[in-house]
Amino acid sequence: MGTVLSQFRPAAMSLLVLSALTGVVYPAAVTAAAQLLFPWRANGSLVERGGRAVGSELIGQAFSDPGRFWGRPSATGPSPYNAAASSGSNLGPTNPALLDAVRARVEALRGADPGNARPAPVDLVTASASGLDPHISPAAATYQVPRVARALGRSEAEVRTLLERRVEGRLLGLLGEPRVNVLLLNLDLEGLRQKAGPHGRPMEEVLLSK
Amino acid sequence: MTANAYAQCALFLGAVLGFAAAYGPYMARVYEGKTGRLGRLLGPLERLSYRLSGVDPLEQQGWKAYAAAVLLFNFLGLVAVYALQRLQGLLPFNPAGFGAVPAHSAFNTAASFATNTNWQGYGGETTMSYLTQMLALTVQNFVSAASGLAVLAALVRGLRQKEQPGLGSFWADLVRGTLYILLPLSFVLALALVSQGVVQTFQPAARVGAVEIARGPVASQVAIKQLGTNGGGYFNVNSAHPLENPTPLSNFLEMWGILALAAACCVMFGVMVGDPRQGWSVLGAMSVLFVPLALLCVAAEQAGNPAVARLGVDQAVVEAAAAASSGGNMEGKEVRFGIVNSGLWAAATTAASNGSVNAMHDSFTPLGGLVPLFLMQLGEVVYGGVGSGLYGMLVFVIVAVFVAGLMVGRTPEYLGKKIEPSEMKMASLAVLVPPFLVLLPTALAVVTGAKASMANPGAHGFSEVLYAFSSMGNNNGSAFAGLSANAPFYNVVGGVVMLLSRYWIMVPVLAMAGSLSAKKAVPAGEGTLPTHTPLFVCLVVGVVLIVGALTFVPALALGPVVEHLAMLGGR
Repeated sequence: MGTVLSQFRPAAMSLLVLSALTGVVYPAAVTAAAQLLFPWRANGSLVERGGRAVGSELIGQAFSDPGRFWGRPSATGPSPYNAAASSGSNLGPTNPALLDAVRARVEALRGADPGNARPAPVDLVTASASGLDPHISPAAATYQVPRVARALGRSEAEVRTLLERRVEGRLLGLLGEPRVNVLLLNLDLEGLRQKAGPHGRPMEEVLLSK
Repeated sequence: MTANAYAQCALFLGAVLGFAAAYGPYMARVYEGKTGRLGRLLGPLERLSYRLSGVDPLEQQGWKAYAAAVLLFNFLGLVAVYALQRLQGLLPFNPAGFGAVPAHSAFNTAASFATNTNWQGYGGETTMSYLTQMLALTVQNFVSAASGLAVLAALVRGLRQKEQPGLGSFWADLVRGTLYILLPLSFVLALALVSQGVVQTFQPAARVGAVEIARGPVASQVAIKQLGTNGGGYFNVNSAHPLENPTPLSNFLEMWGILALAAACCVMFGVMVGDPRQGWSVLGAMSVLFVPLALLCVAAEQAGNPAVARLGVDQAVVEAAAAASSGGNMEGKEVRFGIVNSGLWAAATTAASNGSVNAMHDSFTPLGGLVPLFLMQLGEVVYGGVGSGLYGMLVFVIVAVFVAGLMVGRTPEYLGKKIEPSEMKMASLAVLVPPFLVLLPTALAVVTGAKASMANPGAHGFSEVLYAFSSMGNNNGSAFAGLSANAPFYNVVGGVVMLLSRYWIMVPVLAMAGSLSAKKAVPAGEGTLPTHTPLFVCLVVGVVLIVGALTFVPALALGPVVEHLAMLGGR
């Protein structure tokens, strides 16, 4: 017991000093350096249109209009893509609830694009880990081109051109996976939408009304 | 698996081992008190800490005093984390206005972060204020890792020195590990992560129309939670969150951080005992266990889910740029990471006692989920925690030396020290405790009605409970997160399990260090088993696998194995 008591002062003082250093000075120093060097990134990579933030480049949003690209299914509660409470579905691979959800998503894709008989890309019918995945695979984007083009009354080639500009490859051709940022692609689509006349609501209104 | 999959895995392992080779010798110098250029910069802080604490950094504590210091310091840390969570409603830096965390959850989290486990029953962005995240959780991320490193340094000194009672000063080891090993790396990694899009701000959540985007001082915590093998995420979904891990590069850096320091510990050990081959042979044994299990995990996820395929879903991998898809089982995974980086991360985070995730393990295929489960059950010695992984592995090494000694009928010895009954008793204690801490609470949970807490039916629900206690009983912290674990039973039992698992291994290890330190050195003779050869690596791997497999195969058969057969059978 004597050894323990004699060590109380070093224990308490070490904790105090290290807490001040790693719990106050360190995060404050990282914040200062981050705000100086990468202010836009450090504050959430917010995308602005017309002076107002319409979202974060890194946080997916829910799109269900046939004239826009849809993102991954999201399992956040109480509503999908709730960026205040990230969550995956945590459904196991043999859980009937998972299979029911996938079946319903496949049917929704088919229902919105009856002419398309191809098998559904897996990332379009499975919930992401965060519920906020900003990306879909190029395969999942390509799959949606006919539906989007038809809804906008534009040619598939025009839509595909915009899509191809938004495909991000692997880093150095090696790391990660090819992907398409759904929010940025849909913002690009606004150009086509305006040329095509008033199809649906403009993007800012859709984003801000959610 | 594609050529790209193998290339990504190889680059990852190369980055970890290359860093270990470069940083390990520096770590060894730090624990000798030679702190070089950083010492000139941070030395005043180090000396201030000694002066305020009233300690002499040259003091040689016996193993009991060293253990008492570790336990007391960790206990005070636990109390501080508990208090900060309970009082956060009254404290500043709380823009979302979160109230006190419930007592049972606060106890669980305090035990979890003090023990380097970082099991999380709560969701970060909906529970913890910025102050709690920094002053309670980030601090413990540093000092729990530094505590593990300190105990390792003490054990290595015990192996190295002859007929000496003291193992060094815990207070000096603690401060030096934090200041010179963890802090500079974390600072650099944190800024690299911000450049990729990890947020670092004291501003409140961003409002975009009716949507709120949670923010906070994330990067500073994520850097150390990866490097310190802590694993506790800022956000609920940990490093799957796009603001915690936004790009393939941030993912590579964070994944590298999981294994970097644990691997470097092996090199440090070799340098400190004056024979680098000893460190590399242990690191080799760890890698021999890791690589096949990591590849199995990636391959199982890439194979996908046959039940989903039957619904008209395309799970094939496509490499052509215009229609590229990572294919496989994408439930609970992010597109930017795909299958390869999700599977590799799952193996790395459970091989090390990190426990951060970039995909939801609960939604993995049965075999893909078996890999992280089994890696934890091996006792967190395949790289393992910072410090704790190697001291755990050295316990297995001593068991292996003992087994080899029995086979040839000689007194076992390791690094010139005779392994005698007192060391074997301590080694047995350290090896046998985690299985008890995993299997008994799992059984208790199952017989007392854990069903209500399971998110998935059938064998997978059992896997969720087994995973929870495998994780807490080995100080990992990852989860099959569907389990409703933020409940009094899991919080209290789990909290006790984490404390026992951490300190019931630490204390025998320090006792062993004390007894080894007091011994004479025996010169190596013809009958001495060399411990740097491939043969010895195989022996260590065999001992780890046999102990792990004999203990856990029956439980694994009831969970993932049954589920795998059911999935293949279409049920």
